[in-house]
Parts: sequence; C-alpha cells; structure tokens
Amino acid sequence: MSKISVKDLNLHYGSFHALKNINLDICEREVTALIGPSGCGKSTFIRSLNRMNDLIDGVKIDGEMFLEDQDIYQPDVDVVSLRRRVGMVFQSPNPFRKSIYENVAYGPRRYGIKSRNQLDEIVERSLREAALWEEVKDRLKSSALGLSGGQQQRLCIARALAMEPEVLLMDEPTSALDPIATSRIEELIDQLKKEYTIVIVTHSMQQAARISDKTVFFLMGEVIEADDTQVIFTSPRDQRTEDYVTGRFG
Amino acid sequence: MKKEQREKLVFSLLTLTAALVVIPTLLMIGYIIFRGIGTISWEFLSAMPRKGMREGGIFPAIVGTVSLVLGTMIVALPLGVGSAIYLTEYAKQGFLTRTIRLAILNLAGVPSVVYGLFGLGLFVLFLGFGSSILAGALTLACLVLPVVITASEEALKSVDFSYRQASLALGATKWQTIRHVVLPHAAPGIVTGAILAIGRAAGETAPILLTVAAFFLPRLPQSIFDQVMALPYHLYIISTQVPGMPESIKYGTALVLLGIVSIFFAIATAIRIRFKMANR
Repeated sequence: MSKISVKDLNLHYGSFHALKNINLDICEREVTALIGPSGCGKSTFIRSLNRMNDLIDGVKIDGEMFLEDQDIYQPDVDVVSLRRRVGMVFQSPNPFRKSIYENVAYGPRRYGIKSRNQLDEIVERSLREAALWEEVKDRLKSSALGLSGGQQQRLCIARALAMEPEVLLMDEPTSALDPIATSRIEELIDQLKKEYTIVIVTHSMQQAARISDKTVFFLMGEVIEADDTQVIFTSPRDQRTEDYVTGRFG
Repeated sequence: MKKEQREKLVFSLLTLTAALVVIPTLLMIGYIIFRGIGTISWEFLSAMPRKGMREGGIFPAIVGTVSLVLGTMIVALPLGVGSAIYLTEYAKQGFLTRTIRLAILNLAGVPSVVYGLFGLGLFVLFLGFGSSILAGALTLACLVLPVVITASEEALKSVDFSYRQASLALGATKWQTIRHVVLPHAAPGIVTGAILAIGRAAGETAPILLTVAAFFLPRLPQSIFDQVMALPYHLYIISTQVPGMPESIKYGTALVLLGIVSIFFAIATAIRIRFKMANR
C-alpha cells in the first residue's frame, strides 16, 4: 500500500530547477532507498517529504505530495504536526547538548507531555526500539555528547521515534560512521521497517542493496527509475541506471 | 636568515607584544592594590563619609554603584537579548535589519557624555524622573545595549544550524526551538556580553554625572527615584574637587570600585560556567 504519493513535483532553488516532474509512490512499512550521484536531488527530495526545505530561502515547490490522503503542500497544512508524523534523522549525529534522557524526551515535551511516568515510558520504548537501551539505561542522566558516534546516531533515531512518527526519513545516516556502527544501524533499520515506513538516502549502493525493498535512482533532478531493489540491481530497464549501479559513473 | 631563525624571531616578537599588553594591566591593578589596601577597613566600606568626605567611609557610593549596575542589567539584558533574537531569528534580512545593525554600530561609537546629555534630556527632564537611580540606570542601559545586542547576536548565530534543524524536524515550533535549543546553546556567549556591559556600567562617569550621581549625600536611597552617590563620580570628585584629600582615600576608593566590578565578573563567570556544564 502506498503511504506517500508524489505527483508532478517540481522544486526550484531560485532559478535552479532542482527536482523535475517527480512522480513516485512510497510503500508503507518498506524501506525505500534513494540513490544517485552527488547533486542529483535525492537529499532535496527527502527534505521535501517533511517540508524541511521550507527553512531555505528562495525554494519554490509545486505539484502534489500526499501523505495518505492529505496533500502536505496545501496552505492549510500545519507543518509542526506534519513533522510529528514524518520524523527525520540527519547525516551527522546531532544530539542536543542535553542528557540522553532529555534528548529523547525533547519531542514529547514540546508536544506537551508532562507526566514523568509517561515520559519515562516513551524514553525507554524509544531507546529499546533504537537498540540503545541496554547500553545507556544506567546513565540516562549523563550527557549525550559522551556517547560514541554510532551511539549518538542511534540516539537521534530514538529521538525521532519518540514522536511515534509514521514515516522515518534518513538522510545518509551512516555516512559519518565506521563500518561496525554502520552495520548496527542497518540491522536496526531492518527491525524498524516492521513498524515504520522508511525512506533513506544513501551514497553506498551496497547499503541500498542490503537494506532496501525499493530503490529509486535519481539523476540531474529526475527520477530515472524506481522499482524493487532487486530489479534495479540485477535487471534495470534504463541504461543510465545500469551504468550507475555497476559503477561506471557516479 | 634561515627559516628556523626567522621562526624563532617572529615567535619571540609575538610573545613580547602579548606580554606588553599584560604588563600595564598588571602594573595598574598592582599599584592600586598597593596604594589602596591600607585604607580598606570595615569602617571605610560600611560608614557614611564625614568631614567633607575626608574621613569616614564610602558606603553610599558603593550602594549607589551596585544599584546602578543591577538596574542597568535588569533593563539592558531583556531588551538586548530580545532584540538580538528578533534580528537573528525572526527578521527578514534586508534593508530594515541592515539599518538596525548600522544604528547599533553607531550607538556603540557615541561618546558616553552624549548618552549623559540624552539621558538628562529624555529621562530626567522630559519624562520627569528627576536625577534618580531610574534615570541613571536607563541611561547606562542605552549605553551598554549595543554591547549586549552584538554579543548576543554573535552567540545566537554561532549555534549550529543542525540543532535548529533537528528540533524543527521533531515537530517543535520556532519559538520552542529558540527557547529550548538555541538559547541554552548561546547562553555562555550572551553572559560574556553581559560581563562586558557590567564593566562599562560600573565604570562610566559622564552619563551618571548628568542623570543620577550626587556630589555628597550621606544617606542611602529610599527608592529608585532617589539620587545616589556612585563610585566613579565620587572618585572624580575627591581627586579634583576636594582640596586636601588624603591620597590613600582616593586609591582606596579606586580599589573598591575595582573590587565591585571583579565581584560582578566573578558572579557572571560562575553563571557562564554553570551554563557550559549544563550544556555538556
């Protein structure tokens, strides 16, 4: 079933046409990987899914983007509640300079949850889901900056999960991590897709092949091909896709 | 000359310039302590001046300066931090913000006696506060506002975009992001601005001369509408206007002023360290 459905989406940065006529369906409880060379628009696209591009001056977007049955670019859409439904994890781990506990409780607190018990539950659930609980349960009050890079990134995932989003966007979440931390995150993504719809931007084709169900290939702001990951990597229809996944350019 | 030699020469020259900056500061502080320490006694700190200020203490001037500094910070901090938040976070960057920034820069360059005249005209006469703590603190607040705003702006701008982004992506509103992420991260920098402002507010003479300071007033203020004595002005008077004033009292007064500013610095630094610890 399709969770997000994009129709004729165009995005301009000033005079630069960054996304051209994107049509795409993103399926519920699957991992969709966005691949393509640098500057192809995959990061711009993922940031348009929770309207993070709104923060950048001079961005113009037209077209439709449905989250279930709601077009998220309608003027009456509340961006704050949209971002609660569509969580995001960024390229380099960026925990706040607060305790581990306060990092995870940040979203729920801003949402207005005050009860200590409720917050305790959310923090434990989120940290368990992010496979971090066992490592930090004895030092929830200590600073998040004392964690290793990989732990920090799982904390950022926990922080996003605390809002119980329906969709989780990950913009190159492992590009700043070592191989061991990367494989832990990949295992985690495999677990999370049972509950969440996941969209991930990755530079690593091996990673896309390992963890995703669907793969979308971007080139120069266009979607060249979107299909089952296996099809993209074994028998792509477009020559450019084949050239890219076989490493002939990119 | 060989590369290594030149390296050594440049290094020693730079060390020398740095040392030359430190030496006058140390000499000045050392000299004031040396000349003034003998005067410091409980009576000097806690008694009213007597015999045309040649005897007794400087208690009213201490109270005056402390209340002026506190009053100035109560006005200048919220105003300064508030406008810095507006300028960095909310205002659309353009003609208006450029004009505001230019105005702030110019304000920083205005001589302090002009602030005194401005305070005299606006607060003392036009608004009818009279020569009072209120008028003096407001005048000093105008004087230190540029420092507070500039330091706060720098502190706010230095907060990494990724933190704001993370907060917004979690469904926090813009104000929640500023209140819970940006301000805590910027707090140490803002306090640095406050420290600079305290130093100026405590030490300025010209603005308070015209708006609050009394020549000789051997009693404590009852409200913010009272005049007070203040240490910098007192120091000026006893150094130039009172014949036969013992040197020791002048240096003692200077030392007390230095001490009060240091205490304020220490408090601000402690707050700064606490913020930094909390941020870690």
